[in-house]
This record gives sequence, structure tokens and C-alpha cells, in this order.
Amino acid sequence: MPDVDVIVVGAGPAGSCAAIVLARAGKKVVLIERGPFPGSKNMYGGVVYPRILDQLIPEWWLEAPIQRWVTRRSTMIMTDTKALTIDFRSQAWGAPPYNGATAYRPDFDAWLADHAVAAGAELICSTTVTGLLHDANGHVSGVVTDRPDGELTASVVIACDGVNSFLAKQEGLYGEFDAANYTLGVKETLALPKDVIDERFGVRGTDGVDIEIIGCTGGVNGGGFIYTNLDTIAVGLVLKLPKLAAQKQRPEQLIARLKAHPAIAPLVEGGEIKEYSAHLIPEAGISMLPTLAGNGILLAGDAAALCLAAGIWLEGVNFAMASGMYAGQAAAEAIRSKDTSVAGLAGYQRRLEATFVLKDHRKLRRAPELVLSDRVQHLYPEFATSVAERMFRVDNPEPKPGVRKIVAQERKRVGIRRRDLAKDGLAGLRSFG
Amino acid sequence: MIESPWPEISFEDRIGTASFNVHHTAHIVVDGKVCADCSTRECIVACPANLFVPTSDGGILFNYEQCFECGTCYMVCNREGAITWNYPEGGYGVVFKRT
Repeated sequence: MPDVDVIVVGAGPAGSCAAIVLARAGKKVVLIERGPFPGSKNMYGGVVYPRILDQLIPEWWLEAPIQRWVTRRSTMIMTDTKALTIDFRSQAWGAPPYNGATAYRPDFDAWLADHAVAAGAELICSTTVTGLLHDANGHVSGVVTDRPDGELTASVVIACDGVNSFLAKQEGLYGEFDAANYTLGVKETLALPKDVIDERFGVRGTDGVDIEIIGCTGGVNGGGFIYTNLDTIAVGLVLKLPKLAAQKQRPEQLIARLKAHPAIAPLVEGGEIKEYSAHLIPEAGISMLPTLAGNGILLAGDAAALCLAAGIWLEGVNFAMASGMYAGQAAAEAIRSKDTSVAGLAGYQRRLEATFVLKDHRKLRRAPELVLSDRVQHLYPEFATSVAERMFRVDNPEPKPGVRKIVAQERKRVGIRRRDLAKDGLAGLRSFG
Repeated sequence: MIESPWPEISFEDRIGTASFNVHHTAHIVVDGKVCADCSTRECIVACPANLFVPTSDGGILFNYEQCFECGTCYMVCNREGAITWNYPEGGYGVVFKRT
């Protein structure tokens, strides 16, 4: 008999949701975290979309450690001297059941793990899982940790061990490794008085702002973000790995460049750096997905590369929580039916395919590549902002040229071929339409 | 290039804003012999913690202590065997607080 029913590796949002489901189903579950507390190794680019939590913790908003509710969502397209912003706000998002929230991950992840413990899961922190155990048939049968006598056996291991998932790699669930599938996220948490943040970002109380930016990463492909916490703001970048090194611009220099932009400087000025942080993001979507299940093992969250980086939609914590929840359900089902082979665990893939987790990824399969393409990164921001500049510029005594003429002239000036524009437009429509 | 309207802090002060519980053994080991004839040296640019420093004799100096454990270095490295990458012992390494 194994020591426990399920070992969940990693107490991030995926791991804790898996543990909550399993513990509530009466399974003996151990949740192993390498940090001193859940969330201590985690950072992100700013917004938790918590709808999936409704299924696990009713009225979670009454207790979750939230900084602000995002009621204002902006997408900014910029060049070194121009910025074009689409700014949306909804007061409905500042009231239950809410749409998106900013939170510090060390707070949020620890809170979610508390729910796993309350449900009966055993949380073991400060313990690094160093490998998988296998039985005589080659099925995963447990884990090895860095504790003395640190082997633990289980019917199922759910690997929620993050973007680097050495467990998934050890098990051979990832195909050929390609650094181009990853971006580096770097971030500064800047302290500003709450009333200054409220004034600069045009919000009150616990209402908050999330600004996503394209065209702000110099010669590197990626994007930027600024969002509000209660008395800090976070400003950061995601940077596509291969080009980052080639451009010879260090991550913190690129952040400094963004903070100095005329559209950004007035928002961040005087903010004292409270914390600098970095993390990798699995950014390539469905094309990089590993095999999600093996004999005795499931992958969830970043370990499964379930992160949605689709330009206007940038999500990860929700995919982690949902995949963790479905992994927990599938593992409980497999244990009940006494078949934890890859066939017995097939309920996981079925659940992911039936819900947003894989439906969104399939629909948006072209989006990550499009958003990080050279044209979208380096030509379209100049194109879009110069079209806007000419539309709003008053050139009296010259008459207004008309939008069509401006678009045609600017396209030519920036050097975008008509067929490339049509191709990208079609790819965009197929993804986002 | 956009000029910053205010002075940026030194890298020491920047990395000093993050907390690290340093273990006495290194979780990442860099084999300088493999790095010696590397011409791209992408780790020097890409590591967000600036842990890879070129030396005057053409080598690379590496220090594991203030590491975010992100994985960027081994991902951009194109030299087999140059970087041996593991997580720190449980409970050690970076401890994020307001991230």
C-alpha cells in the first residue's frame, strides 16, 4: 500500500486547488512546497481572474487577500514618443462576484493553501522534491525529497512544480526543449501613497487598474504591464528569451526605459522600489503543451505550460487553479476505480478539453506567435500610433486627408507589405474573432 | 534611447530589495572551462539577477546567492554541461513578499 493516495508537488494555485478537491473527496493527500511558505517562490504579471474559485470557495471574495479589484483595463500601444490607449472601465467589476483582482502571490497562494489544509490536506513546506519514484512496471509511484529518509509513495503524483517542472521532464512528458517558448517576466513593486495611486490612476477605494502595453520593449519581443496594488504599483516586462540576449539589453535597463516613457513616467515617478523580482513564463500556448498525463502522474498549472499569453488576454493563475481542480477530480476518480494508469487518469484530459482550459488554448493557438511576431512588435505600434497622430493632427490650411489615405500612406512609410497586413489580420480574426 | 528623468538605483540596491535565505551549498554550478570559449555569453545579458559577470581573463564569474531561481540562464545557454541547475534545498533561496 502506498503511504498516501496523492502527492501534490508545489503549493501554488494549481497544487492547492488539486489538494482541496482531493481532501474534500476524502483522499489522503500531501502537498509539498519547496519554499518556506506557499507563494514564496511565485511572482506574476498582475491579475487573478477568479471565476473558477466560485466552484471551490463560495463567496471567496469575503476572505481572499486581494489588493484591488480591477475596474479599469487598458491596452496601450506605444513607440518611444507616442502612445495609443484603449481604456475600458466597468463599475460592475468593483462589486461581487468581481472579474479580476490584483494580489500579492505570497499572500494569495498562502491563503489558497490554507483552504487545502482546512479540507484535510497535509502541507509540508521547505521541502524540495528532487525526483520521481517508479514501480516495477515503470509507473510513477511517489517522490524523492531532500529530507532525510525523504521518500514518499502514492497512487498518483500531481506535478504542479512550476514552469521549470523537472518532474515533467524526468518523466519525458515534454517534447524537444525550445527556449523560444518562454518569456522572462521581470517586475518592480514600487511604493506610493494610496491617495497618490488613486489620483494618478483615476480610481477610488479598492478599485484598481491594469495596463497592458505593447511596443515598450526596445528591440526585444515582449510586452509590458503596470497595475495597482493598494499602496504599491507594479511595473514590469515580459521578454522573449532568445532575442533578449541578442539585443544586449539587460532586463532592468528595459524596465528603466519603460518607466522613463512620457506616458508612463508620470504614473511611476517617485515610486520607491520595494521589491525586484523575476520568473519565467511558458508563453507559447498549445504548441508547447506537454503530454498532460502519464502512468500515475498528472501535470497542472505552469508545469503543464497552461498559461495564456494572447495579447489582449493574459492569464495564468486561473488556468492553474482550474487545471489543478480538474487534476484533483480526475485523480480521485482514478483512485476510486482502482486504475491510476494513463487510461484511468483520462478524465483529466477530458475535463480540460470540455472547458476553457483547452478550448481557449485551441481557439487562441495562433495568438502567442502572432503577438510576439516581429511585425506586431516592431512595425504595427509605429503604424497604429502614427495613423492616430495624423488623424488627430490639425494641418490647417491643408484639408483633412481622410482615414483611408492616412492608413495607406503610413503603411507604406512604416514598410508593412499589404499581404503581410492581410495575413496577420486574418490570423488575428481567426484567433480573436 | 529614452533618458530616465530620475537616477536609477545601483544593481546592488535593486537586488537588495529581494530577500534570500542563502544555503551554504550552491544550487547552480557553472563550469568555467565550458564557458571559456563561448562567444555568445547570453547568460551575462539575460540573467535578471545579474549573477554572471565576465572577468578580465575571458572567463565568467558566477555567484548563486542572490538567485531568483527563474531558469533563464540554463534556457539561453547553448553549451552542453556549462550550467548544472537545481532548485535550492527546501526552505532556502529567494523569498518573495509583494510579488
